This record gives sequence, structure tokens and C-alpha cells, in this order.
Amino acid sequence: MEGAASTVLTIRDLRKSYGKVQALCGVSLDVRRGEVLGLLGPNGAGKTTALECVEGLRSPDGGTIDVAGVDPTRAPRGLYGLVGVQLQASALPPTMLPAEAMAFFCAYHGVAPRGDLLERLGLDGSRGQYRELSTGQQRRLALALAVAHRPRLLLLDEPTAGLDVESRAELHEMVPELREAGTAILLATHDMAEAEKVAGRIAILLRGRIVFTGTPRELTATGGGLTKVSVRTERSLLAGSGTLFPSVSQAAHREEYAVYYSSDPGPTVSAILDYLEAQGDRLIDLRVERPSLEDRFLEIARGGGIA
Amino acid sequence: MNAFARHVAFELKTGLRSPSGLLMGYLFPLGFYVMLGLVMTRVNPLFTETMIPAMAIVAGMSSGLLGLPGTLVESRVAGIFRSFRVNGVPALAIVSIPVLVTLLQVLAVTAVIALTGPLFGGAQPVAWGAFLGVTLAMALAFGALGALIGVVSNDSRATVLYSQLLFLPAMLIGGLMMPMEMLPASARRAAALLPASQAMQAYHGLAFDRPAVFDARASLAVLLATGIAAFALAVYLFRWDSRNATGHGPRALALLALLPGLVAMALL
Repeated sequence: MEGAASTVLTIRDLRKSYGKVQALCGVSLDVRRGEVLGLLGPNGAGKTTALECVEGLRSPDGGTIDVAGVDPTRAPRGLYGLVGVQLQASALPPTMLPAEAMAFFCAYHGVAPRGDLLERLGLDGSRGQYRELSTGQQRRLALALAVAHRPRLLLLDEPTAGLDVESRAELHEMVPELREAGTAILLATHDMAEAEKVAGRIAILLRGRIVFTGTPRELTATGGGLTKVSVRTERSLLAGSGTLFPSVSQAAHREEYAVYYSSDPGPTVSAILDYLEAQGDRLIDLRVERPSLEDRFLEIARGGGIA
Repeated sequence: MNAFARHVAFELKTGLRSPSGLLMGYLFPLGFYVMLGLVMTRVNPLFTETMIPAMAIVAGMSSGLLGLPGTLVESRVAGIFRSFRVNGVPALAIVSIPVLVTLLQVLAVTAVIALTGPLFGGAQPVAWGAFLGVTLAMALAFGALGALIGVVSNDSRATVLYSQLLFLPAMLIGGLMMPMEMLPASARRAAALLPASQAMQAYHGLAFDRPAVFDARASLAVLLATGIAAFALAVYLFRWDSRNATGHGPRALALLALLPGLVAMALL
């Protein structure tokens, strides 16, 4: 009962098509109070469509959505006091000032303007109209407006896209604070480092289906337990050599490194070194690492699936 | 300040801050008025009799028909309405507040025209209350038609086309530049469809005590009916988003706003 009571967002069997393209094929997920759920997926996976259905901006073809007892498809007016939304492409009237925007939307939410948020996000002194703000300032303003009325559910769609390092760090500091205050957060992103940093759980959306839900640690522990072996050589003679080495299930080339995913790294490394010696190439760097969230995500996205 | 008042205040400020709002809301109608006041009154001295109502109607068309639709279309296409929606701004406010602001702009510009008209020899109204009433009805009609055009247009090009379909005939046969009595009967009948013609005749009969081609009270009723119908249709057909079909019905329903004018044409 406690789990059900603390669940702020419940999505069940959500389906949405655009013509013959199925954008969402039975998506189900929950976000609990004080939890950050990272919704990961490549471009076109359906992340924004899923969020827009929750935001009441799109009508799903089937399934149910429950935001703290409100169905966004039936009562969107009741929804917007409960949710805060940072859209992927937020836009405000070109001549609106940041402080004006804060006062304007807070008036519609029936709360006092949050000058403290503008100050924290470096927008309090800005006299520039919206069209004169940088992309980063516009994104920060959208975030400030999304959280100003202290929503129970915060929906963030690629929140750090276009942000500079400082603004990104500010957001990464704010998210845990909001979580600790009890806000449930659904964060759609394809930034794996961001998801690993702020999300307690992640859900991977691939071609309209959730293929994994769990903690980042659980995700990296799944799969074939593959170890990443990265090799850089003087003459780069390893290109196209993936199938030559034992226990290697995938190979790739990233920047100057040949990268192998091996189920048994010992024999793989030995074979690589023997190969280099035979070819007369010289080793510059060799790294053996457990796969990161990004590696595991790429493995799944390229058809590796979940073991 | 509550949300509605804050929204109205912001839209009024936008009308002064944005170049297009300033141009269509104030500069174009006032500039046109000064130019015609200086030139047209010398070329055609009879123009002094109709200058004030004609220029008030130009202010209504400039602010409502030419200025408002583009702002609505640009806001929808840019995703501003989506941001408004997720922050709890109701559709009714998004449609009604620009119409209200148009009404206030037209009142302000018309007041300037009516008070300074005598400088160019313009005849002032004999019934100021009626003048105010017709001005309000005229501004409502043009503001609501502008909102409706903004709601149903997919892009700025369509907006310009629809707006000009009402603006250009109004300038030619609406009785603004030449008395309607000079037009052939068929043109007078066609002109009955236009809110500008109805407004001109309502001004003549009710505020200036001059003979009107149409029944002046009926013209006022047509203006009011057009304004109310266009506003209701704009609210009903409102779309938050260019990408999603969030409107309630086919956009062709917007043509119903012409029904009062069509009835007037039929009865003429």
C-alpha cells in the first residue's frame, strides 16, 4: 500500500502511432515520490512522445496514465498544478523578461513569484528580453518556471541540451535537492553521464518499448558480463581485426582506439598482443574496463538485448 | 495582481515593445490618418465628413485583421502556446486577451483620431455615446476575426491571404475612401458582407446623424453578431500546437463567422 501511495506517475500499456509508425508500443513505468527515473533512448525511440502524453500535449491511442490521481487525457487543467514541465523546445514570447515570465506563470499557478530561483540560476539581474537570452539562459529560465510552483512531478526533456558546463552542474545540483524535497522526476535524456549521475533508476526505451528498468548498477551488471578492451597502436593495424581474437563478441573503432567486448579478457589481450607483434605494430595504450552505462546502452541499442 | 490582469498588462506592453505590434497597433493607423488628413482632405473635401469613422475602422482592421493573426500563428508555430499550456494558461485566455487588447488599442487610437480630427477639418460625432458603442462593436468584430484567422491559419502566408481578403475589399468598397452611395447596387450588396461596411453605416446612422445605406441599427447588430460568432469559433477551433491536431473541428467552420454578413447581404 505504501508503494502505491508514494507512486506519483503510473503509466500502463501506453500506445501511440503516427500513421503506420508505432512510436510507443505498450510502455509501462512508475515514478515514485522522491525518485529520479532516467528515461534513456536514442533519437526517435519515443521518449518525447511518452513525455508529451504525460504532459497532456498528445493523446495516446491506448493505455492509461495516472499523475497523482489525475488522467492527463481527461483533465489536463487539473494536471498543471501537479506537474512541472521543461519541454525539449521551450519558447516564450520574444519580448518577455525573465522576471515577467516568473510573475506571469506563478500568477496562473496561484503562487508567489520565486525570485530566489531566478537568482540561483543567474537570471535575476537579466534585463534582456527572452529573444536576447542565450540558449543556456533560456533553458535555465524554463527550468525555473517548471519548478516554481513546487510540482509533485517534474518532467525534464533533455534538460541540459545546449547548456554550458556551469549551468549543467547547477542543474545536477538542483535535481537531488528536488528529489529530497519529495519531487518525483522523470528525466528523458540521451546523455548517459547525466543519467548515471542523477537518476536512481533508469528505463531504456528502444523502438517504442521499454527494454530495461532498474538501477544503473543493475544495467551494467546485465548482458554477457562483457569487459571492454581498448587498444591504441602506433600504426593502427587492428582495424577490422575483431573476429580474429577469442571471446570477442563485438568490436568497434572509437577515435584512435580499437575497442573489443570480451567475455574472457585474458585470452583476448594475449591474442591481441601476439597479433601486434606478428604485424610489427607497437602498442601505445591498452585499457581493460568494466563496461560503463554508455557501453551497455550502446550494446542494447545495437541489438545486444538484456541477458 | 491576478493572472488575467497580469496577462492583459503583458499583452499591452508587448503591443508597445514588439516592432510589429507597435506598427500595426499604433503607427500604421495613426500615420495613415495623418497622411490622409493632410492630402485626401484637400483632394476630396467631402472626405472630411467621413474621415473620423473611416480612420477608426482602418485602426480596427490594422490592429485586429493585420496585426493580431500573425502574432497568434507565430506563437503557435514557435511552441509558445505549448509552454503556456504546460504552465496552466487556459486556451480561453490565449484567445480572449489579445482580442481585449486589440479593443483597447483601437479605443486609444480612435480617441486620438476623434479628438484631433478637426485639425484636418474632420467632422466630429454628434452622438459620442453611440460613437463609443459602434467603435467597441467594430473593434470586437475585427479583433475576433483576427483571432479566428490566427487560429485557423497554418502559417504566416495563409494569415496574410485571409486578412487581405477582408482588408482590401473593405478599402475599395467599404465606404471608407468614397461614399457607398456612389457604388453600383451589386457592389453595395457585396459590401454588406464586410464588417467594415457595416461599421461605416452604423457610424453614419447612429453617431454622425447622416443617412446610411443600410439600416444603422441592423449594421450594429451584424457587427456584434460577427464579433461574437468569430470569437466563439476562435475559442472552439483553437489549436495549441502546429504538430498535433488539437482543434475541435474542421477549420472550414470558421466560415460561419461570415454568416451575419451573408444574412445582411440577403436581406439588402
